[in-house]
Amino acid sequence: MSEFIDFFVGKYNYWAFILLMMIGLYAMIAKKNLAKKIIGMNIFQTAIILFYISTAAKGGGASIPIIAHGHGHGLSEHGARAADYINPLPHVLMLTAIVVSVATLGVALTLAVKVYHQYGTLEEDEIADRIRAQTGGEP
Amino acid sequence: MSGQLDMIILLFVIISGIGAITVRDLLGAAILFGAYSFLMCLLWAIMGAVDVAFTEASVGAGVSTVLFVAAVFRTTRRTKD
Repeated sequence: MSEFIDFFVGKYNYWAFILLMMIGLYAMIAKKNLAKKIIGMNIFQTAIILFYISTAAKGGGASIPIIAHGHGHGLSEHGARAADYINPLPHVLMLTAIVVSVATLGVALTLAVKVYHQYGTLEEDEIADRIRAQTGGEP
Repeated sequence: MSGQLDMIILLFVIISGIGAITVRDLLGAAILFGAYSFLMCLLWAIMGAVDVAFTEASVGAGVSTVLFVAAVFRTTRRTKD
C-alpha cells in the first residue's frame, strides 16, 4: 500500500501536467466563448511544453547546460560528463514550440476579431443563431 | 524537479489556469492568462531550462498578453461562461 502511495506522490508532476492538459481540453470543448477556447488551446500547448521540459531535468546536482571552464583549457583534458548537465535537446525543441504557439495565438485571435466584425458576438451559440437567421432556418 | 518551490509554483499555475477559463470577463481572463504564462516561465527557470524561460517570459507572457488585450479591446469584454 505504501509503495502504491509512493508511486502516485512521487510522480506528482505528471499528474499536474495531465490536470493542466485536461483543463485546456475542457475549455476547448465545453466553453462557448471563442476567446475562452483560444485560452484553453494555449493552456494545452504549455502543458505539453512543461512535460517535455520536465523530462530534460535531472536530479543529483545537474546544472544548466553551459560547460564550466570550457573556453581554452579543461575540456580537452577531462571532457564533459553528461550527468552533470541538464539535457538541452528538449529545450531546443520546445523553443520552437513556444514560437509556434504564439503564432497560432495570433492567427486565432485575428479570426476571432473577423468573426466578431461579421456577427457582432463571440459566443458560439449566438453565432449559430445568426447564421441560421441569415440562411432562413438552415444550420 | 527540485524540492518544495516547484510544487508551490505548480499549484499556482493550476489555480491561475482554472481562473483564466472561469472568470466572466475577457480582460480579466487575459490578465490571468498572462499571470499563468509568467508562473510557467518561473517553473521552467527552476527546472533549469533558462533559455526556454527567457523565450516564454518575452514571447508568452509579453507578446501573447498584449495580443490578447488588443483583441479584447477590438471586440468585447462580455462572456457568458
